Amino acid sequence: MSVSINTRSEGHVFEGGFANPVMDSQGVFRRVMNALGEPGTVADLSGFVTPPAPLSQAAAAILLTLADYDTPVWFEKPENNDDAIGWMSFHTGAPRTADVFRAAFAVLEKMSPVEAWAKFPIGTSDYPDRSATLILPVESLAGGEPLRLTGPGIETEKVITPLGLPQGFEAFMTENRAAYPLGLDVLLVCGGEAIGLPRTTRIEEA
Amino acid sequence: MYVAVKGGEAAIANAHRLLADRRRGDRDVPALTLEQITGQLALAVDRVMAEGSLYDPDLAAMAVRQSRGDMIEAIFLLRAYRTTLARFGNSRPIDTAKMRIERRVSATYKDIPGGQLLGPTFDYTHRLIDPAMAGDEPVDEPLRRAREDERRAPRVTDILNDEGLIERDVLSDEEPGDLTRDPTAFPADRDVRLQALARGDEGFLLSLGYSTQRGYGRTHPFVGEIRIGLVDVEIDVPELGFAVSLGQVRVTECQMVSQFTGGGEEGAKFTRGYGLVFGQSERKAMAMSLVDRALRADEFDEQRLAPAQDEEFVLAHCDNVQATGFVEHLKLPHYVDFQAELDLLRTLNTAKAKNDEMREAAE
Amino acid sequence: MTAETANARRKRALDAMASMPANMLSDLYKENTAGAPGAIAVRGPEIGAIMLRGRIGGGGAPFNLGEASVTRATVRLDSGELGHSIVLGRDADKARMIAHLDALRQLPDWIGRVEKAIVEPALEHARAEAKLQAEETEATRVDFFTMVRGED
Repeated sequence: MSVSINTRSEGHVFEGGFANPVMDSQGVFRRVMNALGEPGTVADLSGFVTPPAPLSQAAAAILLTLADYDTPVWFEKPENNDDAIGWMSFHTGAPRTADVFRAAFAVLEKMSPVEAWAKFPIGTSDYPDRSATLILPVESLAGGEPLRLTGPGIETEKVITPLGLPQGFEAFMTENRAAYPLGLDVLLVCGGEAIGLPRTTRIEEA
Repeated sequence: MYVAVKGGEAAIANAHRLLADRRRGDRDVPALTLEQITGQLALAVDRVMAEGSLYDPDLAAMAVRQSRGDMIEAIFLLRAYRTTLARFGNSRPIDTAKMRIERRVSATYKDIPGGQLLGPTFDYTHRLIDPAMAGDEPVDEPLRRAREDERRAPRVTDILNDEGLIERDVLSDEEPGDLTRDPTAFPADRDVRLQALARGDEGFLLSLGYSTQRGYGRTHPFVGEIRIGLVDVEIDVPELGFAVSLGQVRVTECQMVSQFTGGGEEGAKFTRGYGLVFGQSERKAMAMSLVDRALRADEFDEQRLAPAQDEEFVLAHCDNVQATGFVEHLKLPHYVDFQAELDLLRTLNTAKAKNDEMREAAE
Repeated sequence: MTAETANARRKRALDAMASMPANMLSDLYKENTAGAPGAIAVRGPEIGAIMLRGRIGGGGAPFNLGEASVTRATVRLDSGELGHSIVLGRDADKARMIAHLDALRQLPDWIGRVEKAIVEPALEHARAEAKLQAEETEATRVDFFTMVRGED
């Protein structure tokens, strides 16, 4: 699980981090916390960082805020993410792991097949927090089929319309919810925005 | 049962203000500087770093000052601070064989290669309070003596190793457990035990070590070697592609040579206990090595009968921050718990009185 | 210079500067970097901790001894050279100065100056301090002598 950074890389592996690490990471933390505390609201995470492709601003801001030396990060396509991995490691010290069972965060690809998600850690009954948080990019956070969200943090119900969710997403999230207090938490990201879908949220087709 | 009770804010604020006043003391007397604390109360600073589990002399000095010299309070402050620091990585294991030695003694070999270097020790002082300590009399510069080349000072265990008379270190680069990241589970491995002992309370470990000498888990110890000095701290820096030195830290190491274990194919050998502590802290390193050895009872098929051999007892109680938290929480309001106990007691006594009455009436 | 020796020289400089007293570094830095290409911060200076490790028995498996506070910095010169530093303690200025000097060392015009004006004095200071400490310790060496007891 050693951190290795391509030292030949040009500036883009080292630059584009938080301009003001303390204030910026606290700002992003607050927004991500609110996104997970009030599922379905769109968090604006744009403008904090300038990550190397293909990392989105939202995914990158989340990683720079939450990932650290103690949180192995799993990339679905590490071969496409050399610069992104180097950038994340340089700024956070977080190691990339090839071992899906150890992932604290998973940086997924668009349309990531949900069948593979069963391998992510969902915590233990003593430590339900030892579970993975999935960062899932979508085409758009609006314009897709409507989904009705209910559960903690939502007064009555909330409707979101993300476009480009993988096949079987709702069914997976229903099963995920049934495992409570264990389970995975999901952050949908697109560009500089994110929507939080914690394990407690009930997701149905509206 | 816990019930929220409000009130007392003004009392608390005023108490803190009073504490600040008492901490500062007479304003006509100059305040302590951090340089004075790190320079003249260096061993207090070392203890706070060791048990606070964070090497930072200036912060430890600030904690000593803020706590008015209450060492456990200072240790608590440093522990609290360290939880706010992001972890950048792990150092390469320090190499005590390459220590820049400030003190080095062996009780097993008079003529140990590298020699006996007393260093700045309290040993051989008469433990009489020096009247000069009431003032600020000039102190002589230390004497210097030219050193014959670079005298090697091999660890005593390496010397015994050459003869095959002592258990060997088995070099490995296995990833050690970390009790600051994973809760301790029993049985614990020796790496985790040593981490717990290194930050454990000096007094607690001293008493446990003493108990083994008095027969509660006897190990027949000899001080193979104590060495104090500066070691380089190196860390791999991924963006550079090589390891760099971050500076030096002072540590104390104790190799305790203990009773031998028997025969078998390898022949009889001495066993070992190990102590390694931040700063100049010989008593703590010695106590740690005694307890480390006692906790290895199972490895050598020794019966575990004494407290020092019971790892759950030792590891669960050696941390003075945990211990002080649980003991001191007793002074917090327990009004409701106590009210419940009072009610129960009154009910019992009322029932007894009624019983007594009925019995008397019947007689 | 091969990459290996270049790295070894860079390490030597970083090691020496990390052990240097902060005020000495600061004085030499100010005296010698007037007119030097400036650097912008890429990361930090930031304060954090490292876990300091020992080995069981001195030479066995690693164990976690306790943490140490550290400060690290990465800076970049306008011409693109990156300088890194990581040092014990919580001195942001020290980390920033070392990172800047590490970056300057990569410029042909500056390597000689940094080596001569900063690295060499740092090494000399470390040598002198080690010698003083060793000699003070040496004076406390026990010279055993055997007393002759009894007849023959």
